[in-house]
Amino acid sequence: MNPGFDIMIVGIGGQGTILASNVLGEACLIEGRSVRGAETHGMAQRGGSVESQIRIGGIHGPLIVPGTADLLIAFDLLEAVRYRHFLKPGRKMIVNSQLVLPTSAFTSEQAILTAADITDMLSGPETTIVDATAIATAAGSPLAANIALLGAASHAIPLDTESLLEGVRRCVPQKTIAINEQAFLDGRAVLQP
Amino acid sequence: MKRRYLLGNMAIAHACREAGVDFVCGYPGTPSSEIIDTLRQVQNPGFHLEWSINEKIAYENALGAAWCGCRALVTMKHVGVNVAADPLMTSSYTGVTGGFVLLAADDPFAHSSQNEQDSRIYASFAGIPCIDPSGIQEAHDAITDAFELSEEFGLPVMVRPTTRICHSKADVLLGELSETRRTGSFTKNPKQYVVIPAHTRILHRELIEKQPGIIKRLGECNFNTAEIRGEKAVIAGGISAAYARETVPEDISLATIAAYPIDEEWLSDFVSRHTEILVIEEMMPVIESAVREAASNQKIYGKKNGYLPYDGEFSPATVAKALAACGFIEENPYLAVQPAENLPIRPPIMCAGCMHRSTFFAMKKVFKDGIFPSDIGCYTLGLQLGAVDTTICMGAAITVASGINLSGESRDVVCTIGDSTFLHTGVPGLINAVYNGSDIVVIILDNRITAMTGHQPNPNTGQTACGTQSPPLSLEALCRSCGVSVVETVDPYDLTNLLETMKKVKAGRGVRVVIARQPCVIVSKREGVKRRRYMVEEETCTSCRLCVRYGCPAIEYHEEKASVNDLCMGCGVCADICPEGAIRQEVKR
Repeated sequence: MNPGFDIMIVGIGGQGTILASNVLGEACLIEGRSVRGAETHGMAQRGGSVESQIRIGGIHGPLIVPGTADLLIAFDLLEAVRYRHFLKPGRKMIVNSQLVLPTSAFTSEQAILTAADITDMLSGPETTIVDATAIATAAGSPLAANIALLGAASHAIPLDTESLLEGVRRCVPQKTIAINEQAFLDGRAVLQP
Repeated sequence: MKRRYLLGNMAIAHACREAGVDFVCGYPGTPSSEIIDTLRQVQNPGFHLEWSINEKIAYENALGAAWCGCRALVTMKHVGVNVAADPLMTSSYTGVTGGFVLLAADDPFAHSSQNEQDSRIYASFAGIPCIDPSGIQEAHDAITDAFELSEEFGLPVMVRPTTRICHSKADVLLGELSETRRTGSFTKNPKQYVVIPAHTRILHRELIEKQPGIIKRLGECNFNTAEIRGEKAVIAGGISAAYARETVPEDISLATIAAYPIDEEWLSDFVSRHTEILVIEEMMPVIESAVREAASNQKIYGKKNGYLPYDGEFSPATVAKALAACGFIEENPYLAVQPAENLPIRPPIMCAGCMHRSTFFAMKKVFKDGIFPSDIGCYTLGLQLGAVDTTICMGAAITVASGINLSGESRDVVCTIGDSTFLHTGVPGLINAVYNGSDIVVIILDNRITAMTGHQPNPNTGQTACGTQSPPLSLEALCRSCGVSVVETVDPYDLTNLLETMKKVKAGRGVRVVIARQPCVIVSKREGVKRRRYMVEEETCTSCRLCVRYGCPAIEYHEEKASVNDLCMGCGVCADICPEGAIRQEVKR
C-alpha cells in the first residue's frame, strides 16, 4: 500500500491539468519527497476528459486505485462527478464552478444537465465549489484558473505553501509568474482550513 | 547528477544525451512521440535528428548509422514495429558495429492505438535482447545499458516502455550529458551486410551462438531480481513489477523481470523454492510460459488459467484482486466503487474549427450512399460524424477502398487519409489503385503536419524536426506522378466550393484525388492567426439543430436555441450550414 498522499486532478484536455500536476511535482522535489504521476496524452487531449494522478511520497507505480485518493481537484463540474469514485470516503474534493458541456450532451437524447443539477449531485461535506475562473480573471488572466484552484486546494495538500509557490514560479511561462502567484494566493485565501 | 520531476519520455530523451547518441530518428506514435519531440528542443545537439516518413525507413536509416559505428536510436510505437519488422528481423543477423537501440513503446489498454500487441514477442522473434523497465528511473537507466549491450554483442537492443511509463512522471536522478561524439565510417564487409543465402546461413548460426552470452550478461547486470520471503511467490515484469512491489505482502516471495531472454537456470532455481506462484505481466504470457516450463509440481496462477486477463492495463487493484483470487491474501484490500452512471460522455473530439469536420460534412452530403474507408490520425474521430467506415492501420485507407471497389461493390467508395499518413504508407497504395484500375475518390486531409501525436513536421510542412526550412513537397505533383489525372485542391473552410468539388469528382471515373488543405487549427492559433468569432442571432434561429448535428464543440444548444461558445475559431462553416442565415460573424466591439 502506498504510504503517501494521492491526488487526482481532473478536467478537460487543454485546461491545464498537466501544468497543475507539474507544480505539485516541483514542490515535491523542493521538499525532497519522492513523487509519481500519471497523465493523459495523445488522442484524449482533443477536448476529451483528462486526469492527472499525483502520488506525493509515491515510490512504486503512478496509478491511484479508485476509492483510495486523498484529494480530488476538478476543473469542471461534470468531470468531478465522473471521477468522484476515485476519492477515499470522507476525503476532500475541490471543484471549479465552471461547466463545459460536451457536444454529446446536445446530440444525445438525454436531458441537458445544468450547473445547478451537478452542484446538487456533488453536494456533501466533502465537496467545496470555488469559482476559480473568476479568481484568476481578477488576478489578471482566466488562463490561471488552474493555479487559482490549486491555491484553494492547497490547505488540503501536505506540502508547504512556499514550496507550492516556488513550484508555480518554475512551471508557468516567465511573463505570467506574477499573475499566477496572485491567482494562487487569492485562491488560497478563498478557503480557510 | 540532478533530480528532476520528468515525464518518462523526457527522462528517456535525457538518457540518450547521457549515452552520447549520434543519430536519432523515428515516426511519431503515442506513447513514444515525446522522446524525439524533447530532443528537438536541444540547441546545436551534435547528433542527427529526424522525423522519418515511416518506421521502416526510420529503422533502416538508424541501422545505416549503426553500421558506421555510431550510437543510433530509433523510436516508434508498438504497431510501428510491424512496419519496421522487415529490417528488424534481418538486422539481428547482420548485427551492428555501433550501438543500436530500438525504442518500442507499447500501449496496453490501447489508450490511443488500434491494437494491444506486445513488442517483447518481436524481440524474442528477432533474437535480440529486450529491456522491459518497471518505471521511469529504470527506463532512463535502460538507455545507456542498452547501448552498451548492443555494442558488446553487436546486436540491436529493444527497450520497451509502456504507456504508464512513457506518460507518467517521477522524480528521476539524471546523469551528466556525454561529450563523446562519433563520426560515422563504413567498413565494407559484404559477409556481414549482404544477406545473400550463403552469408545469411552463417549469420543466423552466429546469432544463435550469441544467445547464451546475452543471458549470462543480463544476469550479471541485475535486471532481474529475486527475494525469497516465503513458500508462495509472485513473479512480475514490466510496470506490473511496480504494482507488485506496492501490493504483495512481505511474507510472499517476489521476483521481478526487467530484461529478456530470461535465464532459465535462475528462474528454475527461484521456482523450485516455492509451492505456489502467481505470474503478473500485462498482455502476452511471456514470463508465465517460461515459469510453466521451469515448474515441476508447483501450482502456477496466471493468464493461462484465468487469474489475470490477456488484455487491458493492470494496476495495483488488478494485482490485489489476483492475490486474493489465488488465496495469497484473505481479501482484496481495495473497496469496490462504482462510477457515476448516465453522464454525457466526453470523448476526444475534432477541435472547434478543425478543417476535417467540413470535409467530412461535404463528403457525406454529396456521397450520401458512399462507403468511407479511413486511416490513422485525428480524422479517425470522424467516426463520431458517421464519416469513417473502416480503419485498420497506417496507410490502408486507399488500399482498402480499392479492394472494396474492385470487389464489385457498386456504391461510391470515398476514402480519407491525412497528409502524414499518405506519406507514411499511402503513396504505394495510390500507385497500386491507379495502375489496377480502381474507381475511387481519395480525399487527402492535408493539414500540413502530423497533428494527432503532437504536431510533428513531415515533408509536407516545409520544416525538418530541427526547425530547418526545407522545400515542402507538392502533393498535387506527387499524385499526378502516381498516374492520377483528376487532382483537385480545395479550401475546406469554403463550404460552397467544397461541395462543388465533391459533386464534380463524383461525376468522374477512375482514381480521383481531392486535396482538402487548411493548416491545423491549433497550429494556426499558435502562429497568431486570428479570425473573428461567430454568433447566433437568437430571433432568427428556428431551432432546426442542423448546426448542432455538425458536431463542432463551439456550438451549444440551450432552451431551444443554438449558441456559439468561446471555443469558436472563426472558421465560419456553421454560418454556411445554417439554412436561415442565423449565424454570422460577431461585430467588433
